[in-house]
Amino acid sequence: MVETTKQHWILACPTHDVPENGGVCVKVGDQQIAIFNFTRRGEWYATQNECPHRHQMALSRGMIGSAGEEPKVACPFHKKTFSLKSGECLSGDECSIATYPVEVREGNVFLLIDSHEL
Amino acid sequence: MKIIIVGNGMVGYKFCEKLVAKSEVHLDLTVFGEEIRPAYDRVHLSEFFSGKSAEDLQLAPTSWYTEQGIVLIVGDPILAINRKEKTVSSHSGLTMAYDYLVLATGSSAFVPPIPGVEKEGVFIYRTIEDLEMMQAWAPKAKTGAVIGGGLLGLEAAKAMIDLGVTNTHVIEFAPRLMPRQIDDAGSSVLKSKLETLGLSIHTSKNTTEIVGESAISGMRFQDESTLNVDMLVISAGIKPRDELAIAAQLNVGPRGGIVVNQQMFTSDPAILAIGECALFEGMIFGLVAPGYEMAEVAVASILGTEKVFLGFDMSTKLKLIGVDVASFGDPFIAGSEARSIVFEDKNKGIYKRINISKDGKELLGGILIGDAEQYNLLLQTCKNKVVLPPNPEDVILGSRGGESDGGAGVTSLPDEAVICSCEAVTKGEICGHVIDGAVSIEEIKKCTKAGTGCGGCVPMVKDLVNYTLKSQGIYVRNVICEHFAYSRQELLDLVRLQDLRSYDAVLTAHGNGDGCETCKPLVSSILASLWNELILDKGNDTAQDSNDRFLANIQKGGTYSVVPRIPGGEITPDKLIVIGQVAKEFNLYTKITGGQRIDLFGAHLSDLPIIWEQLIAAGFESGHAYGKALRTVKSCVGSTWCRFGLHDSVSFAIQIEERYRGIRAPHKIKGGVSGCIRECAEAQSKDFGIIATEKGWNLHVCGNGGSKPQHALLLASDLDSETCIRFIDRFLMFYIKTADPLTRTATWLNKLDGGMDYLRNVVVNDSLGIGSELESEMQSLVDNYVCEWKAAVENPEFRKRFSHFVNAPEEKDPTVQFDELRYQKKAQAWK
Repeated sequence: MVETTKQHWILACPTHDVPENGGVCVKVGDQQIAIFNFTRRGEWYATQNECPHRHQMALSRGMIGSAGEEPKVACPFHKKTFSLKSGECLSGDECSIATYPVEVREGNVFLLIDSHEL
Repeated sequence: MKIIIVGNGMVGYKFCEKLVAKSEVHLDLTVFGEEIRPAYDRVHLSEFFSGKSAEDLQLAPTSWYTEQGIVLIVGDPILAINRKEKTVSSHSGLTMAYDYLVLATGSSAFVPPIPGVEKEGVFIYRTIEDLEMMQAWAPKAKTGAVIGGGLLGLEAAKAMIDLGVTNTHVIEFAPRLMPRQIDDAGSSVLKSKLETLGLSIHTSKNTTEIVGESAISGMRFQDESTLNVDMLVISAGIKPRDELAIAAQLNVGPRGGIVVNQQMFTSDPAILAIGECALFEGMIFGLVAPGYEMAEVAVASILGTEKVFLGFDMSTKLKLIGVDVASFGDPFIAGSEARSIVFEDKNKGIYKRINISKDGKELLGGILIGDAEQYNLLLQTCKNKVVLPPNPEDVILGSRGGESDGGAGVTSLPDEAVICSCEAVTKGEICGHVIDGAVSIEEIKKCTKAGTGCGGCVPMVKDLVNYTLKSQGIYVRNVICEHFAYSRQELLDLVRLQDLRSYDAVLTAHGNGDGCETCKPLVSSILASLWNELILDKGNDTAQDSNDRFLANIQKGGTYSVVPRIPGGEITPDKLIVIGQVAKEFNLYTKITGGQRIDLFGAHLSDLPIIWEQLIAAGFESGHAYGKALRTVKSCVGSTWCRFGLHDSVSFAIQIEERYRGIRAPHKIKGGVSGCIRECAEAQSKDFGIIATEKGWNLHVCGNGGSKPQHALLLASDLDSETCIRFIDRFLMFYIKTADPLTRTATWLNKLDGGMDYLRNVVVNDSLGIGSELESEMQSLVDNYVCEWKAAVENPEFRKRFSHFVNAPEEKDPTVQFDELRYQKKAQAWK
């Protein structure tokens, strides 16, 4: 039997709540999701807020930037960096983070998440 | 084979080192030393007074000798050689047989037979014991003198200044200073430069008598003048220690020195002599490099390999009390075969002379005073007969106009060029090791020993490493990260010149890509160091490290700690009560920090503005514990209460902490003020430490605790408060402008070419002429200070940023959990 998970676009926050070239954390049900307004690239990203290294809810407070072409975020605790696109750890660790599709419509930020995460 | 070495000085030690390295068979090696310490670095003896210990100066610890299987007997001079029996006998009664005997007995100070030299307060400058005796006497002395204006004499004068005898006279018999190395014109430039540093120089002065009761009180000269002094160091030259050789009837020179041949053998084929006791072709070589060369030759002679000593280039470069002096090749050559080019700048105290061949192609020698940066290159050009450029003056003046010859210097040298003359390391060897993967100066030092002697060649070795790496296609610039191809200092200058005010503007103007966690805080720090504008403004908040962005230190679990400023560690009971109340209300863990203030841990992000509102209302300000900024100026209680206190250290600490609060730097900065020499504020472990003296304040800089503790070094003594602050202004601003990122002042100083002498010249003597610029830059930072927490709580836009959930600002992070310990909370352990 195949179980399909249903995905939903949900409203996260108004765009002006997210600082330029930085992130904020939104509460989605019991989940914490980090949203990044990468103004410099004109792009938006969303990832889990928890850094998998020491399980700290902190990625939204991290600095974002790029390694080559790859957009990334650095955890404020130990500066582990993760790709904002693939969630892969760029500092050579095994751990990775979940990423979520983001859309900006009419001044609001929307996230595509699994319905069971609601 | 039994080898005995008499003498454990620098050359004797070098002989052991080279012999152990070269020999393939086991050798029975015994070393007798007269001094109680194993060999130490006599070249850098004066550093003993600027803070180095006897251990620091040691060339190798006693354990090294044991590991190499060498028997080291110190404090036991050899008294006699029995050439027939091939034995030596020592003071303690040991008699030992040898196959080869190596005399490395060195030299002693030459003391001219002036009546009164035996008086108390008259010293020679040769061994650590001499230095210790000088150190014991110096506090009683007000005026000092040194007989001898040569290399060692000027070193001794520096030592006197380091000992606090700032009113020091140098007495030279010859008409000029350093008569063997520099000419009259050079001497007069050096003289005026040294005089600006507080030395009084007398040339053509012949001392006839040392006067005083049991202790020295003055000197009388042939011209019938007198000078009142209460301390005298005689450094009028050296005398080879050849008394053992004379007693054993070895050949010695008419004016002393054990005669040796090209293989370093004396007139006895089982006895060799090396170093300053050896006389080669009528000459004593009073420098360490030829001594090392002799050691190498002696090793070869004993091991039966071919090597000869061919005399030695006596070129030398040194820094005398912060003034560069160098002479190379034949500094004096004149006449029809040579032409001289002379450059003199009396204003800056620079004198340069080069002597070139008649056809203008070859460099024969020269003198550099005040600026000897080109020394290594000129020496190599001279030694290797590298053809001079069409305008030979370019080699001392730099090419003026036209294209620059950049790094052509090192590249034009042949592979055989000896770069490190102390260790006889060639350009070819250094470049070879770089190609084999030794890419730093430290690694080169390790595998070739180049630069480990006098250290003079280090800049050139650096150039060679960089040049070789570049030629290998390896990128060597000290750049910030992939987004900025500049060093921190270069970027700081660009940002200042172009008046850039935000991270984004800097990235657009000078970077590429989108930045990262390395360049963002670095640029933010530069912006703050230059303009001191509110760091949360202009979109710069997200370019800050997380701690700066939220003006607090993130702790385990994601909560923050709050540190209000408590200047100098002084706090009223009322303010203490407020801290207690705030801690209770927000359930914060409290701890006294090492910087004499109170840290409140475990605050939720969204509580920070309310906590600070209460603290600010009670008169507190941000403590900047979260920033690469001034942390605290620790103080002892000082003269207001302490029975030993000389000055009011608390008031001075508060004044200084309030002056520099909020100033961003490449790393954190800590200060301390002690009210007396007991140093209860531990100021010498700080980036700047101030200690009260009878006459004012002593200022120490560049210390730190942490993983590599380092004591601060004395920058200036007996300053009044105003001068002290002016020097700290200059020092801090110079550090801020030139240090690499995340480099504390101690590491910065360790990397600074010229070290403390250079820094003192810049800060105290204003040698770069930037003193007032640095002061006014610092003043503008001071004037721009605002408490950033006050600004943050008063601005609704900023205030909004302090919430965990942007879509539920009133909710706290539910994952934050605490445990309990000793009636307070603590963060839960990492999962």
